[in-house]
Amino acid sequence: MAEASGKSNGASAGTVNIGGNAYKIVDHEYDVVVVGAGGAGLRATLGLATKGLKTACITKVFPTRSHTVAAQGGISASLGNMGPDDWRWHMYDTVKGSDWLGDQDAIEYMVREAVPAIIELEHYGVPFSRTPDGKIYQRPFGGMTTEFGKGIAQRTCAAADRTGHAILHTLYQQSLKNHAEFFIEYFALDLIMDEGVCRGVMAWNLDDGTIHRFRAHKTVLATGGYGRVYFTATSAHTCTGDGGAMILRAGLPMEDMEFIQFHPTGVYGAGCLITEGVRGEGGYVTNASGERFMERYAPSAKDLASRDVVSRSMTIEIREGRGCGPNKDYIELHVEHLDPKVIHERLPGIAETARIFAGVDVTRQPIPILPTCHYNMGGIPTNHKCEVVTVKDGDPNVVVPGLLAVGEAACVSVHGANRLGSNSLLDLVVFGRAAANRCAELLTPGESHKQLPHAGEEAIARFDRLRHAKGGTGTAQLRLNMQRTMQNDCAVFRTQQSLDEGCEKLDKVIGGRPDLRVKDRSLIWNSDLMETLEFENLILQAQATIRSAANRKESRGAHAREDYPERDDKEWMKHTVIWVDDSGKTRIDYRPVIMQPMSNDVQSFPPKARVY
Amino acid sequence: MAEFTLPANSKIGVGETYKAPAGAKNIRTFKIYRWTPDDGKNPSIDTYEVDLDTCGPMVLDALIKIKNEIDSSLTFRRSCREGVCGSCAMNIDGTNTLACTKFMSEVKGDIKIYPLPHMPVVRDLVPDLTVPYAQLASIEPWLKSTSQPPTRERLQSHDERARLDGLWECILCFCCSTSCPSYWWSGERYLGPAVLLQAYRWLADSRDEAKGERLDQLEDPFRLYRCHTIMNCTKTCPKGLNPAKAIAEIKKMMVERTI
Repeated sequence: MAEASGKSNGASAGTVNIGGNAYKIVDHEYDVVVVGAGGAGLRATLGLATKGLKTACITKVFPTRSHTVAAQGGISASLGNMGPDDWRWHMYDTVKGSDWLGDQDAIEYMVREAVPAIIELEHYGVPFSRTPDGKIYQRPFGGMTTEFGKGIAQRTCAAADRTGHAILHTLYQQSLKNHAEFFIEYFALDLIMDEGVCRGVMAWNLDDGTIHRFRAHKTVLATGGYGRVYFTATSAHTCTGDGGAMILRAGLPMEDMEFIQFHPTGVYGAGCLITEGVRGEGGYVTNASGERFMERYAPSAKDLASRDVVSRSMTIEIREGRGCGPNKDYIELHVEHLDPKVIHERLPGIAETARIFAGVDVTRQPIPILPTCHYNMGGIPTNHKCEVVTVKDGDPNVVVPGLLAVGEAACVSVHGANRLGSNSLLDLVVFGRAAANRCAELLTPGESHKQLPHAGEEAIARFDRLRHAKGGTGTAQLRLNMQRTMQNDCAVFRTQQSLDEGCEKLDKVIGGRPDLRVKDRSLIWNSDLMETLEFENLILQAQATIRSAANRKESRGAHAREDYPERDDKEWMKHTVIWVDDSGKTRIDYRPVIMQPMSNDVQSFPPKARVY
Repeated sequence: MAEFTLPANSKIGVGETYKAPAGAKNIRTFKIYRWTPDDGKNPSIDTYEVDLDTCGPMVLDALIKIKNEIDSSLTFRRSCREGVCGSCAMNIDGTNTLACTKFMSEVKGDIKIYPLPHMPVVRDLVPDLTVPYAQLASIEPWLKSTSQPPTRERLQSHDERARLDGLWECILCFCCSTSCPSYWWSGERYLGPAVLLQAYRWLADSRDEAKGERLDQLEDPFRLYRCHTIMNCTKTCPKGLNPAKAIAEIKKMMVERTI
């Protein structure tokens, strides 16, 4: 039972006894708590701090270690620095890229806010690369066109090939400037839910082993993607979808989880990302006979077709025996024809990555590459104000009070069935800011908190149970089984057979959880326990993904069903929402796609054939 | 007669040995620093034999293999595994670097791994970086300007932007600061190479309008001038940056403004 025993710095401490173990609990009260300090979390935190709301940002890694740091190619906005551009063209490209699963109100909001968002980032100090006349440099990127598909747009604003690093570090700097309050290396355990309302979050301080109860009127989940459900991913080890799992454990659904983006150019073997900006700067891919095969699959956009299209084309080339190397199992990416000055100035990071992880000098040799799990289009369902929504009694837009989600963790949905490159950094800053604005609209600083003396005790009980897990299977073994299953049965191409087999294997993994073993019992930096908590988060979302994929009997964007090769707008132009309970049982429902833009400045883009 | 004692936890003992599984042919031995605050014991060196036939080429691959298959209590930070996040900075074979970009083949003999030197240890290979983070905040590492920004982006020429290259790419791994003897000695007061590189990143930015204020803040026998051009920072930087040169540039600016 909780018992207050002291107060310092606005926080009070007590202990709670769970399973015979006393846990020290520290209580905090904030207007808003942001979980995650990547691009979206930092932009939200920064906005909240400047609006005078008492805000805590809790993060499991130091902010500049978040996975936003690994974004390379750039951030899209119709600035028009390199030629004519229009936000309507950007909107059309995004809708088409999403294979008409994106919500057009949210997409309009994002592409219109893009221009001021980029200018704001520049004013914050982001070291963008520059044009000869000193403006922000913009490069071509896959699927980004002018005049509704007629020409190739240069829309992607770049800081060499380290744009994510530039933006993440700048947002952290701005957070310091605005005295944002951080709780660093705190691992979020579960939401505090009370009669359907989110009232904060529980977290574990790795540094000293204390448990923290953050009470907040609004909780903003900015916890990133769950790429680590796959065996090979460009995602960092920390991309374990902690927010999504907290949502599922709270009895709320996730949306469009079947749509996983495979990036065409992950380094063969290592899986490290090579930016699409390489192709934007003139790079191209070839098969074993040196053929530029993308000309066959996407006659007009070629190597700059959308990512799902390039990844599928590469997979077909390999399957039909035209892969490169002794085992014919990879494709080659060429930049050796580019001026070394261009590589030095605009692609220094990938030159370094290729040298280290592929042993390749990009000025002389091609880089061996493979489609690699990269991004989750699906996530926590929200409206365009970033408020978390659920489906209840036939209403698909029921707002969950107290809860918002942003960034890759969320499904707004601006990316639909396939995200365009450079739209994700944009998503982070635009919706990070929107979430802060929404909180400011809804809250007055310093409102009092409802008394909830036993809040979070369930989360501590779960934590205690896993900490003392005494089974026979190490977390790493079970995690590997999950990753292999997803890699083999839920990859670029899918069939009912592969998915059903995958579901069966995944059920076995889920059934193996009671036999988990955690060797380390410490409360301080117990990364054995942290990886177990992360595995628990991953497995729920692996289940959501494969069950949603097995359910959707059409091909759309990144979800390519060989047994249902066509898009079926009549039956399937709708978002999947899926609930997963703790035993792995799932329930599926749907939300309609929003076809109506926000304003009358643009007309709805009706579905048509998606050809590049 | 004066008596001296070593600080707590200075003596490192011999820890556990984990043998490779029978049949392993390509064995590499790792000697890894272990310490936990839980048991009141001194640190120890654990020995792990790893079968490299089933392991990636980097030191981080081996650490993860040890954690996954041999001893799940081994504790270290890691995230991106591609040299951009700065989490897995540690001392490998006597040099500070990132475990994720350090090839095991570059190390002769047993691979010895310690946390970053001269930082308090939280546990095993996890150092406490509170002080360098606070020092980073102390130099106010954000763009300062009093003039109203234009409605569009500020303009910056190619040459002006090029002056930031080699500065803004720093990943804050603190390999450099924790390799610097002067920082070991005066780490509370000397800012160290990583933070001074950041300071110069803003001094070098044509858009920043606080050069004088920034130099005033650095004009101090400790904060800046405890750099004695030992150059360990530049030698050890896993990103190939040159903090020593950035520090020299700041010192040059200090002189230039007095002339």
